[in-house]
Amino acid sequence: MLSFVARRLAVAIPTLLILVVLSFVLMYSAPGGPFNSERPLPPEVLANIEAKYGLDQPFWKQIVNYVVGVVTQFDFGPSFQYKDRTVNDVIAQGFPVTLTYGFWSFVVAVTVGVSLGVAAAIKQNTWLDYLAVGISIGAQVLPNFVMAPILLLVFTLWLGWLPGGGWEGGQWNYLIMPVIALSTSYMASIARITRSSMLEVLNTNFIRTAQAKGLPMRRVIWRHAMKPTILPVLSYLGPAFVGMITGSVIIDVFFSTGGIGQFFVNSAFNRDYSVIMGITILVGTLTILFNLVVDILYAWIDPKIRY
Amino acid sequence: MTLRTKLLASTAALLIAGTGAVFADAHATHPETGEPLASDQTFVYRDLDESPSIDPGLAEDSAGGDILRDLFEGLYNQDPAGNLAPGVALSHTVSDDNLVYTFTLRNDAKWSNGDTVTAGDFEYAWKRAASPELASPYSWFIEIMALENASEVISGDVMPADLGVTAIDDTTLEVRLTQPLPYFPLMLTHFTTFPVHQATVDEFGSDWTKPGNMVSNGAYMLTEHVPQEKLVRARNEMYWDNENTILEEVTSLVISDENVALTRYLAGELDRTHVPAGQFPRLSEEFPDQAVSVPEACSYYYMFNLRDAASEDVQDPNVRKALSLAIDRDIIVENVLAGGQKAAYTFTHWATAGFETPDIPMATMTQEDRNAMAAELMAEAGYGADNPLEIDLVYNTSESHKSVAVAVSQMWKQTLGVETVLANQEWQTFLEARSNGDYEVARGGWCADYNEASTFLDLMQSESGYNDSKYVNSEVDALLEEAKTSDNAQANYDRVEEFIAQDTPIIPIYHYASVYMYAENLEGWPFENFQQQWYSKDLFKIAE
Repeated sequence: MLSFVARRLAVAIPTLLILVVLSFVLMYSAPGGPFNSERPLPPEVLANIEAKYGLDQPFWKQIVNYVVGVVTQFDFGPSFQYKDRTVNDVIAQGFPVTLTYGFWSFVVAVTVGVSLGVAAAIKQNTWLDYLAVGISIGAQVLPNFVMAPILLLVFTLWLGWLPGGGWEGGQWNYLIMPVIALSTSYMASIARITRSSMLEVLNTNFIRTAQAKGLPMRRVIWRHAMKPTILPVLSYLGPAFVGMITGSVIIDVFFSTGGIGQFFVNSAFNRDYSVIMGITILVGTLTILFNLVVDILYAWIDPKIRY
Repeated sequence: MTLRTKLLASTAALLIAGTGAVFADAHATHPETGEPLASDQTFVYRDLDESPSIDPGLAEDSAGGDILRDLFEGLYNQDPAGNLAPGVALSHTVSDDNLVYTFTLRNDAKWSNGDTVTAGDFEYAWKRAASPELASPYSWFIEIMALENASEVISGDVMPADLGVTAIDDTTLEVRLTQPLPYFPLMLTHFTTFPVHQATVDEFGSDWTKPGNMVSNGAYMLTEHVPQEKLVRARNEMYWDNENTILEEVTSLVISDENVALTRYLAGELDRTHVPAGQFPRLSEEFPDQAVSVPEACSYYYMFNLRDAASEDVQDPNVRKALSLAIDRDIIVENVLAGGQKAAYTFTHWATAGFETPDIPMATMTQEDRNAMAAELMAEAGYGADNPLEIDLVYNTSESHKSVAVAVSQMWKQTLGVETVLANQEWQTFLEARSNGDYEVARGGWCADYNEASTFLDLMQSESGYNDSKYVNSEVDALLEEAKTSDNAQANYDRVEEFIAQDTPIIPIYHYASVYMYAENLEGWPFENFQQQWYSKDLFKIAE
């Protein structure tokens, strides 16, 4: 197992490097640049800015300088758009926000999703099944950019129970709506995967054996059916978790949370090269990390899997 | 609620309980208007986006300007009507050749840490803004102020020390220009000219704009800043006119979605927000006291690509004029936009200070006459039903640009049989295409840097870096050059507008208006101020 982890981490480094180079090339090949505006800058002004941010250097040198800065000093450079801040500042401020609402969304999505899926599978073709499937399909087709304004309308404008946005350090009343809006569609997917996986497991021989030897249903489910059921869910959860904690531009836009999702999208529009790179590397690293975590969990849950 | 307002509120409660009177303290009524004041003097408003910077030298957007006018004070302020009002400077004198300005500064202006604001702080700030070291995107503002050596300092040919600004002593600032600019004092209300506290910059470097570090000289000081979420500023006790400041705390919230912002405004979380596109008629009916449309210092236009390499179709001035005539601007402002915008036949915004809109023949014609004339011009140019003109129109991705483009293409189609191919491009791609001349007709928008017609018309100069049409007319160049030193520039501006109407390098379509919702108890808003330069120190909330 240890050598497996070591191997995976060794592969992660070239993977990240390829990611950096590819993003760099793609970014620079997009038309426009970070300092274009309706009012083009006079050439002498532009020259100063390009010199300040190293954009006057040859392309290969920019990549090398960037990678060296990141590796040796963990320095992701200054933001081109937000001139008072560095990329590290942007991430340090936005990522904890996203991590918080992403984590709680994950908890909600998994708890509700798995419960719904299991309940639907056990009571297949009863009203409970139809209800659970109905809820999950409804939640799936209601995208969060529809959900968010509806939540705002109901809880902020009509009922006046919750603040319409902001973060305020992550107080619970500022968390509720973002978490509901973000977790819903994940919850629906988890419920559907759990349901079909559980149905498949319930039809296998070892479950029939367990029932035949007279074990109570609850014990069959928890002791025997749950582990194999959760495997396909787990492979979905890895990327889903990364997706949630690296934020959603929709959540950030509708609830003004100040999370990293909006910075990511804006940086692409603004051609804020250094912020694009910083967040790309962050998301890339987390994706690689959590895929590894999922693989380790696999081996832990399923004794058949050995690395 | 700050401690101060808490105290005020509790004092008020006690007094009301004890005597039945509503007087809380000296601030219970407005010193000038006598209106009873609300106990809660906090102002919360919406910003569309996080400002790129709140360093006066580096700031570049108008929302950042709103924040900076609270945090800092320049030589002059604008009064509610947009006229000059004393700021740190009390007055100035000008040399006979109009090239040397000498400002007399007040001696009671203080930084938020108690230091005195001196002429040297302005000298430092201006030299800093122009220096290649800071590399400010707004260093061009120092250039258009025509300060001696401005371009040379920016391009690094001479040291910032040689810029045309010198502190003679603590309260005297001398400024030397390379050419007379009649509107120079008005430019001094712009944030790029605000003073900067050198000791703070030296101590904290680029972190000096963070709360806790920032030392500022405006009516408010920075207390909290969470990028993409909010910026809070509180009363600066050191401000020389603190006695007359009423609002205790001002918060700008970044809310990207205008409909969300409106919902939060209606829920009482905001005191000011933008009216989403198309909703002004409904909101002004439902909330007549809150929905307000005021002129905004920008012009919306379509530009033709007049480069030699560009499409032949639009090189004929008659074709361009026909296309301009066939646009029914009234339909666009009344039915498509419906937010108080005004139909434009001149490039210069109608509300620009000292500008009398000249009589452009097209402006007084009926639309039927315009259409008839347009059809005639097109026929002369050789286009007709059997040989329709085909045109590419490109705009940057946005619902409202799209609706204008669709309406215009329909008008062209119906009146002239022109086939228009509409294309939208993402912002950066669009800007690049436009500046490289990779278009036939493109959307443009231009906002005033200062309140004088040349801020618009200078775009028509052959050599202007902003002349994306590449319109070249030596007579226009001469007229604009002469206007800079003329006592009566209006005649020149009239002629330039006539050239624009005749040659039609651009089609002015409408003059912007900004539409906002303002809380009913918010008073003192400078609706008359053309550039919408508002100062929180002039605002207050009345008791409901």
